[in-house]
Amino acid sequence: MNALVQLSGVSKSYGDAVALHPTDLDFPRGRTSALIGPSGCGKSTLLRLIIRLLDPDAGTIRFDGAPVTAANIAELRRRIGYVIQDGGLFPHLTARKNILLMAAYLKWPMEKMQSRLAELCALTRFPKLALDRFPLELSGGQRQRISLMRALMLSPELLLLDEPLGALDPLVRAALQKDLKEIFTRLNQTAILVTHDLAEAAYLGDEIVLMSEGRVVQRGTLDDLRTKPAGSFVSDFITAQRSVALT
Amino acid sequence: MGLIGPIVIGLLAHAVNAEPILIGSKKFTESYVLAEIAKRAIENTGVSTEHRQGMGGTIILWQALRGEQIALYPEYTGTISEEILKAPPSISAGEMREQLAKFGVGMTGELGFNNTYALVMRRATAEEKAIRTIGDLRNHPELKFGLTHEFLDRRDGWQPLAEKYQLPTQNIIGIDHGLGYEALRNRSIDVKDAYSTDAKIGENDLVVLEDDLQYFPRYKAVFLYRLNLPPGVVTVLRRMEGTLDEKRMIQLNAEAERTKNYARAADLYFHDDGSPRGTSFGEPFGHKLRRWTLRHLQLAGISLLLSILIGIPLGIAASRGGVIGQVILGFTGAIQTIPSLALLALLVPLPFFGISVRTAIAALFLYGLLPIVRNTATGLQDIAQPVRESAIALGLEPSTRLWKIYLPMASRSILGGIKTSAVINIGTATLAALIGAGGLGEPILSGLNLNDHVTILQGAIPAAVLALLVQWGFDLLDRLLIPKGLRL
Repeated sequence: MNALVQLSGVSKSYGDAVALHPTDLDFPRGRTSALIGPSGCGKSTLLRLIIRLLDPDAGTIRFDGAPVTAANIAELRRRIGYVIQDGGLFPHLTARKNILLMAAYLKWPMEKMQSRLAELCALTRFPKLALDRFPLELSGGQRQRISLMRALMLSPELLLLDEPLGALDPLVRAALQKDLKEIFTRLNQTAILVTHDLAEAAYLGDEIVLMSEGRVVQRGTLDDLRTKPAGSFVSDFITAQRSVALT
Repeated sequence: MGLIGPIVIGLLAHAVNAEPILIGSKKFTESYVLAEIAKRAIENTGVSTEHRQGMGGTIILWQALRGEQIALYPEYTGTISEEILKAPPSISAGEMREQLAKFGVGMTGELGFNNTYALVMRRATAEEKAIRTIGDLRNHPELKFGLTHEFLDRRDGWQPLAEKYQLPTQNIIGIDHGLGYEALRNRSIDVKDAYSTDAKIGENDLVVLEDDLQYFPRYKAVFLYRLNLPPGVVTVLRRMEGTLDEKRMIQLNAEAERTKNYARAADLYFHDDGSPRGTSFGEPFGHKLRRWTLRHLQLAGISLLLSILIGIPLGIAASRGGVIGQVILGFTGAIQTIPSLALLALLVPLPFFGISVRTAIAALFLYGLLPIVRNTATGLQDIAQPVRESAIALGLEPSTRLWKIYLPMASRSILGGIKTSAVINIGTATLAALIGAGGLGEPILSGLNLNDHVTILQGAIPAAVLALLVQWGFDLLDRLLIPKGLRL
């Protein structure tokens, strides 16, 4: 079975507001899927359902073939990395301690932690000397690199990224997009990326999942979406974004 | 926090000692002096005693005696019949003893003098308005009355007195006994209640208004004591019967107020020549200051430790919101609205508490809760959602999230709450002296009672210095305990 994550009939509402209609979707191993769509389309909800920050109202989510339950989620979370827009770093811990937190909690030997940390610094091109700074002493781009290292520390099978570059200025953002692409390729990483930027989705994603109003509207490459749009929403969305980003 | 624990435990151990005979006294000079005399007499027989000074009014002392928290205290026959037994004034001494025995309490014979209530005025004002008797007051509604709270509430106090004499009742304020003399002197009030053996009457050139309708009952001084006291101690007390007439008592009271030293006045009782004997009486000031300060720190320290141990978990529970959170914050907030004196008075009649250090610590603990609970709850609630979700998504167990992430992040707020509690406790602990729990409130209370500013300052200045030191101490602690990443 090639899918690492499988959703079947998964839905979520907040009171009367439907965030996600019953959805079937699977995410193949070794590939980057980019979830895209306007605000409120349900893309972040979907990500948060996978890592169980939200409980689904109905349906089943399978990870590596096994249904995700309240009982096994703590263990599964250690096989999943999660990066959010502003990093979510712990301000009272240095960059180093943020990254090593889980490994230390799991009582990794010091040597193993140090060598993994060195690997990650090289991978994310983060200056080792800055590891002893606190999050408030780092730039926005550096913070996202730390957040990425923290997510990758335990070599997770799945990496979830929720608008990871959304708060960065364009130059930093471009540099990080390039680095992320390299990292995903080198690690053959299974990743799900939430973004509202079509160019980013196309650049980083092996495929694009376009969502609107709690439903998946179309799935495929940017070319598929452009040449065979599943409806007027798809072409409108692409046209609107192309005018700024794809020219 | 690691430092505070051993210190507090040390202080606690210091407080629990051999068990001396506990002598209580009410919050006025004569009661202090009589208690000191009893203390001296009993100690002369080799039995150790402790004098819980100025424990407030009749009810508190009577409850303490009934509850065996004190072994004896000086009382007046009029108060026993009117206030304690609620009996008619005609009751005989034998009947009184019989009824007291039901509570396990005995009564000595009369010590001699009659210290009845009286109304007093400045001599000049009384002469100018030609007031000689209580009845004469009827025609002077312009006079301002400053009466002690106990007198205002007593069955044989102001209400029936005003009724019997049909006195005007519009210009009345309640005022502390010692402060009342000051108020008389500076003309804030014109008439006050006093005890007929009060040394202040002569000192301040006041006149006692004649009780022309013979309203006030007789207040002959006696000792009330637990019937289970050792017979030797009772014998010592009874040896004092008939040894103190009015003149002698006024003299002792005056000596106490002049020298600001009750032990010295008591000493005079044992030396008939009445000549003062050097300065070897009582405790040296350095000793007293050390005793007060240690006790004060003990009261404030133990109660603060309890507030921290209980308050932080309550704050954590409250931070989760919901009904439980509201109940916790509502309850701790409600405690704060009870005046501290009232809270002490409410705790005293409860079993286990009574007149004791425990009660003072419990009251201070309750006061210390709110700042800690509220700051813990707000500190935790202020942690941003993305940080919380990151901690969950990493796969940390709930308890690890709390200890490693949430509590350190809330540490500044929590420490702020603890600091507020500590400073409040240092201040409020001065009230502990009201229920005989000691501390720096002791000199403040006796100073108020003696109307002696120097004695008040002996307690007030160290208390203020302590509060400042605590403030500084916590500023240092902030640097040690708040993670560096949060102080940038």
